[in-house]
Amino acid sequence: MLAVEGVVTAYGRIVALRGVSLDVSEGEIVALIGANGAGKTTLLRVISGIQPIQAGHIHFAGESIDRLAAHRRVAKGILHVPEGRQVFGPLCVEDHLRLGAYLRKDAAIAADIERLYARFPRLKKSRHRAAGNLSGGEQQMLAIGRALMGRPRLLLLDEPSMGLAPMLVDEIFDVIIDLKATGITVLLVEQNAVAALAIADRGYVIETGAIVHSGTGRVLLEDPKVRASYLGL
Amino acid sequence: MAEVLQFCFSGLTVGAVYALVALGFTIIYNASDVVNFAQGEFVMLGGMVTVALAAAGMPLPVAAVAAVGVAAVVGVALHRLAIEPARGASPVGLIIITIGASIFIRGIAQVVFDKQFHKLPAFSGDTPFAVLGATILPQSLWVLGGTAAIVVGLHVFFERTLIGKAVAATAANRLAARLAGINTTSMMTLSFALAGAIGAVAGILVTPITLTSYNVGTLLALKGFAAGMLGGIGNPLGAVLGGLMLGLIEAFGAGYLSSAYKDGIAFVVILVVLFAFPRGLIGKRSAERV
Ligand SMILES: Nc1ncnc2c1ncn2[C@@H]1O[C@H](COP(=O)(O)OP(=O)(O)OP(=O)(O)O)[C@@H](O)[C@H]1O
Ligand SMILES: [Mg+2]
Repeated sequence: MLAVEGVVTAYGRIVALRGVSLDVSEGEIVALIGANGAGKTTLLRVISGIQPIQAGHIHFAGESIDRLAAHRRVAKGILHVPEGRQVFGPLCVEDHLRLGAYLRKDAAIAADIERLYARFPRLKKSRHRAAGNLSGGEQQMLAIGRALMGRPRLLLLDEPSMGLAPMLVDEIFDVIIDLKATGITVLLVEQNAVAALAIADRGYVIETGAIVHSGTGRVLLEDPKVRASYLGL
Repeated sequence: MAEVLQFCFSGLTVGAVYALVALGFTIIYNASDVVNFAQGEFVMLGGMVTVALAAAGMPLPVAAVAAVGVAAVVGVALHRLAIEPARGASPVGLIIITIGASIFIRGIAQVVFDKQFHKLPAFSGDTPFAVLGATILPQSLWVLGGTAAIVVGLHVFFERTLIGKAVAATAANRLAARLAGINTTSMMTLSFALAGAIGAVAGILVTPITLTSYNVGTLLALKGFAAGMLGGIGNPLGAVLGGLMLGLIEAFGAGYLSSAYKDGIAFVVILVVLFAFPRGLIGKRSAERV
């Protein structure tokens, strides 16, 4: 479904990705792990079109999307939940969900909002509150909910559990497992690498802008080198 | 008492124009982080284009609508041709671009129109109403009513329409807006069009009272900027209150001190606000920009 081939990108003179290739098949959860500054966020940014690429190709659902603007990739079903709970501070919860469906023209938007509220009851309680006044956990749920309103085929999640209390971390992972059950493909970046690999079908390990290991979640979890260097085991 | 009321009327009328200029600053600043010193030129264009089209035989309301359209198009052109190509420039660089654009627009206006002062007929005659011993021109009511209508219209746009919310989202968090599928560049262009149209309306409403010419924009931009500073730049409600306040301060200053100081007052306000209240008198709600 997603094919990244030899992608290179840089921030000014800092090369952040030096020829990254990665595949995600329809219906999979793929985990991307690696140390701080390895290029995980940057890889998600080039897939969603926020960061331009200097070389390589990105194909989605059989089409080249290298040159598509970010909002056109959203229209194709690539939804990116960026790191650090990016919400619209002064806008209320419900506005976020409506804006999540900004490009949709179908009639099911109101029903989808109700379905989302059923899945995230805490958002329903806060539906008229400004997002800037929500707790960190609620903001993260909101950021995910906003992306789900865009009817993702591929969801890019950047450290969704970062800074959350353990109970909320579990909730986020439950949500991700649910997403897979509804047919959404997930590319997951996580600090919490053990938990990410445990729910992932496959995983990639990235180091200073290049993929250094890949395999099924189980194989990576059992690989001694990966365990020592990336899982802290 | 009558004198105080008189100063209030004239202060609020001028202040409403400053408020509209400050609103234009705010809309553009929020969407794109650009402090647009060409904002006053939109006011000039509103008045001058209406004058020119009316002189060419167009009925006044049609000329006015066309002038608003022209200013909106100039706003779009400003964004597309001057601001967007300089994406990534420093804030000061962008300010210099807008100052350059304002000089350019003024130069064109001087050639296309002329250097004379021009008047438009008052919309509802020139017979003042007497209110508690003071008088108010019917045109002042047009200015105040028009400003109120714009404020209400903007409120409805930002609070009740999806596209208005998309502009607000772009202002609040550009990255998240792009990732929600919003074409943020278009939202910025829309903000420039909106600011252009609002400035033009201000120019059309006030021209029957203050006259207009190719170079009225410079001072209005500074006054509107002072009003925006007073209200806390980026805060629409603050912009309106700041504009009205600046108008009142000027009217009372000119009345009780000397009219020679009238234009200086805006600069004193800028300095005082910069030193004493760098976030504006109204300040910003903490949730507004995260
Ligand atoms: N906006 C930027 N400007 C300059 N350099 C950047 C920028 N963002 C990231 N980098 C650099 O690019 C490299 C990859 O960064 P990236 O954010 O993709 O890493 P990451 O794997 O997501 O790290 P983390 O685990 O800390 O989130 C790093 O060397 C980082 O310093
Ligand atoms: Mg990161």
